[in-house]
Amino acid sequence: MQAVPLLLIVSSFTFILVSLIPGSVVTTLLGDQGTQAEYALITKRLGLNQPVYVQYWHWFEHAIRGDLGASLQNNQAVTSILNSRIDVTIALVVGTVLVVSVFGISAGIVGALKKGVVRKTIDVISWLGLAVPNFWFGLLLVELFSLIFRVLPSEGFVPFTTSPIEWLRSLVLPIVALSVGPIAVVAKQTREAVVEELGRGYIRTLRASGISERSIVLRHVLKNAAIPVVTVLGVLFAQLLGGTVVVETVFVLPGLGSLAATSVAAHDLPVIEGVAVYFALIVISMNLTIDILYGWLNPKIRLI
Amino acid sequence: MTYQIDSTKELSAFARSGAAHRGLLRRLSGRVSFWVAGAYLTILVFVTVAAPLIAPYNPETSNLVNFSQGPTWSHLLGTDELGRDVFSRLIFGGQVTLLGALEAIITFIAIGVPLGLVAGYLSPRIDRIVMSAIDVVLSLPVIILLLVVGALFAGDLALMITLGVIASPGIVRVVRAATLAVRAELFVKAAEVVGLSKFQILRRHILPRILAPVLVQVSVFAAAAVAIETTLGFLGLDVNPPVPSWGSMVAEGGQQINQQPWLIIPSGVTIAVTILAVGILGDTFREATSKESNLPILSWRHRRGTSSQASVVDRKVADPSPRQREPLAIVPDSLLSVRDLVVGLRTSSGHQILVDRVSFDLQRGATLGLVGESGSGKTLTVLAILGLLPPEIEIVSGSISFGGKDLTSHLDSSWSGLRGKEISFISQEPMLALDPGCSVGNQLSEALRNNRGLNRRESRDAATKLLRRVELPNPSEVARKFPHELSGGMAQRVCVALALTGEPNLLIADEPTTALDVTVQAEILDLLRSIREQTGMAVILVSHDWGVIADSCDRTVVLYAGQVVECATVEEMFFNPQHPYTEGLLSANPHLTIDGPFPSIPGGVPSPEDWPTGCRFQPRCSYAQADCAEEYVEIASIGNLRKTRCLHYEDVGKEKPHEHP
Repeated sequence: MQAVPLLLIVSSFTFILVSLIPGSVVTTLLGDQGTQAEYALITKRLGLNQPVYVQYWHWFEHAIRGDLGASLQNNQAVTSILNSRIDVTIALVVGTVLVVSVFGISAGIVGALKKGVVRKTIDVISWLGLAVPNFWFGLLLVELFSLIFRVLPSEGFVPFTTSPIEWLRSLVLPIVALSVGPIAVVAKQTREAVVEELGRGYIRTLRASGISERSIVLRHVLKNAAIPVVTVLGVLFAQLLGGTVVVETVFVLPGLGSLAATSVAAHDLPVIEGVAVYFALIVISMNLTIDILYGWLNPKIRLI
Repeated sequence: MTYQIDSTKELSAFARSGAAHRGLLRRLSGRVSFWVAGAYLTILVFVTVAAPLIAPYNPETSNLVNFSQGPTWSHLLGTDELGRDVFSRLIFGGQVTLLGALEAIITFIAIGVPLGLVAGYLSPRIDRIVMSAIDVVLSLPVIILLLVVGALFAGDLALMITLGVIASPGIVRVVRAATLAVRAELFVKAAEVVGLSKFQILRRHILPRILAPVLVQVSVFAAAAVAIETTLGFLGLDVNPPVPSWGSMVAEGGQQINQQPWLIIPSGVTIAVTILAVGILGDTFREATSKESNLPILSWRHRRGTSSQASVVDRKVADPSPRQREPLAIVPDSLLSVRDLVVGLRTSSGHQILVDRVSFDLQRGATLGLVGESGSGKTLTVLAILGLLPPEIEIVSGSISFGGKDLTSHLDSSWSGLRGKEISFISQEPMLALDPGCSVGNQLSEALRNNRGLNRRESRDAATKLLRRVELPNPSEVARKFPHELSGGMAQRVCVALALTGEPNLLIADEPTTALDVTVQAEILDLLRSIREQTGMAVILVSHDWGVIADSCDRTVVLYAGQVVECATVEEMFFNPQHPYTEGLLSANPHLTIDGPFPSIPGGVPSPEDWPTGCRFQPRCSYAQADCAEEYVEIASIGNLRKTRCLHYEDVGKEKPHEHP
């Protein structure tokens, strides 16, 4: 499994980079008023006077025991900060993956089978989807649905436990904003894959043996065409996590993405490190799911 | 092999012949979207570079009188909350975004191309190191990295360089693959032998060849670079206020969204249109270069095959010369009667004829051989019968009568009662003919449920029975296997089983043994023969192998350049060919030569657009005389259901009048 090296690389890379950030967290903590002595004391207490590799080893030792340290800003345990925010990001990302799969794959199939106006329309929408940046699309959605039609909230998050309906309403616009680009990519990939499968020799055999066109597409083509589509979904997933940084900022959602943005500004190393590790874990579990899907879709790589 | 054939390649070459081969630039120039996108980007670059000259206002000067205005004559795109001119800010902001994208692109190329070349060209060890480094880079969380770099260094430069580095694996892979491919080619090996230095080979042979894929990668990345630069700007990482950038303008607009909704429009639309334009350029490059690399070897011919020639061929079919046309009554007791079947490739000006008025009959229970070289139209003829012609190719005229029904007028939906149940098909590539994602048993039982109306359980038993019938050992085990786990012979047996699911009256086998080993070929033919004897179904066997034809067929139809050139029983055909082409094919057959050099017909089958006037075989024929090239030669009956399309058939087999130059 690639999981362990990935985690190591992600955490050490982030660690080294963050430790290079000028204007250390101590300055942030003390402000301009701190004396030389106070400065030295806090530096020592946080272990910031040690070489980077010692700091990393110290962090790593704790990390493998599930302790990601404490935020430098408010001394809260990083794991508890992250755990309190992860549900927002997971809901956002899973919702987006669902929306992207359903709409992207169906648009791709229709685009592959239909000709003329339908295909042209899907083409144009795909192009727009690829070109419109999600932060801007998010703001457009806010203007349209929050300010003009006043049907959906422009920002904020309501926990599922408080009100499932409000929870859903608070997620609709962020999910749509995050989905638009990936839908275009998935639609394009699906269309190409379906067209390619339809040109393969086995399609002729199926047609010649009397299988209906409907069953050829739904039962045979889709399963084989799904292999490249799933690959693309996996790649998109990693990008979606990046997209949460932007979309959570636009819609003021208390998730991991907006946390990453604010922690970088505050030089809060343990929190950034924690977000990086959580993102990596999410990507790893997604990759695992995709590997399992692959095995089902493609008998050639089935392990047993 | 004189008669090697690959029907899929053949068909796609036909299909592509309409899109004539043009140069990359000429192909690009034909697209409106390419020109619109190119013009927009040119103007954009010009306007941003010349921003200090063009901008009507200082982009950073506040004006607290005219703040938060919509578009007016003095402020074309309005003013922001500090009264700054949006248009001026937009064209100055373009400098940040475009420069940032340029920095990323330069890094992308400067890192990606050399690494790809080194990995692909120098040594496998360096290749391994580079490729594993790429895996590491690919696993990095891009956005976290960019956020951290953004916090680390002020401004855009470091961010965009980082972006170029993180994205470079894409281009490294492409360059490496192209380099490996070029390196494997003979002329590069030859250059190495001749003693050109590695650097010289790189510069002269490899760099020109990787230009096209690099161009595609760069244009695709450029769109991403613009998108990411503006995203970073939106997060406040590219410039510090009051300096404008497109991303930061959207962010400022976002903060004013309640007071002035207009403010996000100019910057957002500009970003989207720019990404769209770069994307269109990239897509056009990609399409143009991928067509370039996929061109069939035949392409030089297609260049000459202009549409005007296609219509000439069309005309030839439309008014055939009236010379001794056979009255073609449908033989009453025949299962299949093909009459004057014309199949053509749709072109802008009509049809490029590929199968030209083919006629033949098949009795119930009989076996008919269709013989001819690659390109003679045999596969298209049988696909026309099955209604399975490729999308661009269609039946132009003629009739196909099967058990009293006319198949040419069949709609897509009405095929379902026919294919599989009454006519079935075996293709020449058993390994490609089965769905790779579906087990043998599932494929068979789906066809059985469909063709015999069985339920799930019955169909599973029937599938095993069928597998036993095609003499596969361990049928229940084979049923669980997937196509990639089968040998070619086993796969072809499964295909035979699949063809038997509906107990058809007619089995069409398109070169069923071509792709198989010699020993397996004989087994499959034996199987087909014994099944035919058991079921009494009629068979059309497409082949170029006289051994196969002699073993299995009653009658034979020889096709050349889309036409039937001779029809006879197998014995007559073998012992007394009445067409020079048949004679040539027979003497070219490895099974019939005892020893000595392998005689074959000089030349090859002409492409449809190059079909000669008069007899189409005449340029390759050693019996050709002056009148052969004069006018269209009709097929003539020479008694006892024998037909030939040769004006001088009496000469065939006798002393040759003269040798063809």
